[in-house]
Amino acid sequence: MTTNDRDRSIDLLRQMKLIRHFEERAAEMYTKAKIRGFLHLYVGEEAVAVGVMQALTPADNVLSTYREHGHALARGVDAGAIMAEMYGKQEGCSGGRGGSMHLFDKRTRFFGGNAIVGGHLPMAVGLALADKKQKREAITVCFFGEGAAAEGVFHESMNLAALWKVPALFVCENNQYAMGTALRFTHASTDLVRKGEAYGIPTHAVDGMDLRAVIQATDKATASIRKGDGPRMLVCETYRFRAHSMFDAELYREKNEVEEWKKRDPITQYQQHLALGEQDIKAMDLEVAAEVQRAIDFAEAGTWEPVESLLRHVTTEPITAT
Amino acid sequence: MKITYREAIKQGIRQAMLADERVFLMGEDVGRYGGAFAVSKGLLQEFGEERIMDTPLSEAGFVGAGIGAALGGMRPIVEVMTVNFSLLALDQIVNNAATLLHMSGGQFNVPVVIRISCGIGRQLAAQHSHSWEPMFAQVPGLKVLSAGTHADARGMLLTALQDPDPVILFEYTAQLNLEAELPDDAGAVDITKSKTLRPGKDISLITYGSGVYKSMEAAAALATQGIDAEVLDLRVLRPLDEAAILESVTRTHRALIVEDAWRSVSVSSEVSARIMEKCFYELDAPVQRVCGVEVPIPYPKHLEDATVPQPADIVAAVHQLMGR
Repeated sequence: MTTNDRDRSIDLLRQMKLIRHFEERAAEMYTKAKIRGFLHLYVGEEAVAVGVMQALTPADNVLSTYREHGHALARGVDAGAIMAEMYGKQEGCSGGRGGSMHLFDKRTRFFGGNAIVGGHLPMAVGLALADKKQKREAITVCFFGEGAAAEGVFHESMNLAALWKVPALFVCENNQYAMGTALRFTHASTDLVRKGEAYGIPTHAVDGMDLRAVIQATDKATASIRKGDGPRMLVCETYRFRAHSMFDAELYREKNEVEEWKKRDPITQYQQHLALGEQDIKAMDLEVAAEVQRAIDFAEAGTWEPVESLLRHVTTEPITAT
Repeated sequence: MKITYREAIKQGIRQAMLADERVFLMGEDVGRYGGAFAVSKGLLQEFGEERIMDTPLSEAGFVGAGIGAALGGMRPIVEVMTVNFSLLALDQIVNNAATLLHMSGGQFNVPVVIRISCGIGRQLAAQHSHSWEPMFAQVPGLKVLSAGTHADARGMLLTALQDPDPVILFEYTAQLNLEAELPDDAGAVDITKSKTLRPGKDISLITYGSGVYKSMEAAAALATQGIDAEVLDLRVLRPLDEAAILESVTRTHRALIVEDAWRSVSVSSEVSARIMEKCFYELDAPVQRVCGVEVPIPYPKHLEDATVPQPADIVAAVHQLMGR
C-alpha cells in the first residue's frame, strides 16, 4: 500500500465515522426536538455509501432514498448544510424546505432524498439517458432499499435501463427489513440478485458490512459502466443497527439478531484492517466530533425563512438582472 | 391553409424538434406505429430512433425517465396515450415533477412537457376517455395547458418547451380529424393567458378544451336569436388567468361555464368561486355551469353524447340564464 493509498483508506474510515457520529448527534437533537418529522438513521450501513461514493467523479449523478444522510455526507455535501436542513433552517442544503428525507445539493449533483419508495428509480434512468444522449462522461448512481424491489416502478426502471443501456449503477441496500417487515415476508423470491439479472443487468451480491468488498465491487461495476457496457446492479447485504425511524419500538426483530450484526460493524472491521494506532484513532474521533459539533453550531445559528416567502420554489422564479 | 387538429399537433412537434436538439419525443407507439392516433407518423423516419423513442408500456417508468432526462439537461416531450393511463404515472408527475423544485429549495427545476390526449366522443368507454384536467390543475408546481383550438394544438408545445417547469399539455382526440384554417406561419403561442375567441356583450361563455368549439357553435346559434355571447377560452388551467375572467364578466354581467369534466370539484367550480369572490356585484344573474355528467363514460353513442355538454345544451342554458 502506497502512502497515498493509505491516506485515502484512512479518509474512508474517517468518512464512515463522520456519518456514524453525525447521526448519533442527529438522534440526540431529535430527542431535544431540534429536529422533527421523520428521521431515518443509517447507522450500520456506512460502508455502502462510502464504498460506492469513492468511485465517483464530480460529474456523476447521485439519487437516494429517505435514509440518505450517509449518502449526502459521503458525496461531499456540507455537514453543516445537512444539519441545518434537518433543523428546517434556510441555510440548509434544500433551503429548509425538504428536511431529513429531502436533502438536495446541486454542487455535488445530489438529486435527493426521495421519500416515495422506488420513486427515484425512473428518474435515475432518465438522468443517465440524458448523459448518454449528450455524450457526457458521467454515470448515475441510484441507491434504494430491498423494499423498493417490490414496487412496480423498480421493475419498469430496470427494464428501461437495460433496454436503453444507460450508464447507471443501481445499488440495492438490503438491510433485511422494509420498514419492519422482513424480506421473506415481502418477496416470494428472496434472491434479489436474480431480480436484476432477470432484466439483463449484470448483478452482484456484496458484503455491505465490509468496506473493501463494497469498493472492489463498485470499482468493477463502474469501470464497466464507464466503458459503455450499460447498467449494473449491486445488492449490498447490510443492516441498520438502530430503529427504522424515531417512532419504532422494534417489535419485529430479536435483540440478539441486532447484536450478531453489530459484531460485523463496518467501522470496527475497517479500523482493525487499517491497524491504526490508538493515538491516531483518538485524534480522528476528536476531529470527527469537532466537525459534527461545527455542523450543529451552524444549524443552531441558522435562521428561519420568513413566512412571507412561503410561495417561493413552487415555480421557477424569473431571473432578474442584478 | 386548412389543416386537421392532428396535423397541427404534428407540425408543432416537428418544429420543436427542428428548433432544439435537446428535444426528443418518447411514449408508447410514437415511433414505428406512428402514434396511437397517427399524430407522429413519419417522424421516426425523419428524426431517427434516438429522438423518436418508442417506450414499453411503463407509464411510471418512462414519465419518470422524462423527468430525469429534463433534470439532466434534455427537453423531453413525453406522450401519454390516453388520459386514463396518466394515472399510472401520477406518482411521478405529482410527487416528483411538481415537487422537486420546491423540495430542493429552488435548486432543481424540471423542464419536461407531458402531452396527454384526452376527451370524450369516440366511443372508447370508461377506461379510454375522460376529461381529467381538473385533477392536474389542482397541483401546485405544474403548469396545465388545454389546447382547445388548432392554433394551440400547434403552438402551445413550442412555448411549453421553453418553460423551466413541468408542463402538462392536454390534447383532444375527438377533434383529431377536425379541419380548421391555420396560417402557414402559425407558430409558438403565449401560454400565460386566456383568449377571447369571440367578443360579445350579453354573456360570457367561459370554457376550455372540448368545450371551445362547442361553445363557438352555440354562440353562433345564439347570435341568430339575438343574443351576443362572448367566448373565453381559458387555455391555461393552472395558473388561471383570473384577470381575464373577471374582466369579461364585468362587461357582460353574466357567466356560463362550459366543460366536459365532471361537475364536482372541477375547473368550473374554481372559476365560479373566483367570480363570486371577486366580482359578485357585477353579476346580473347567478353563475351557471354546463358540465360532464358524473358517470364513468358509457360506450353507446347516445349515452356518451349525453354525458358531455353539446352545443344545444349550451344554448338552452344561456336562454335559461338570461330569462329569454
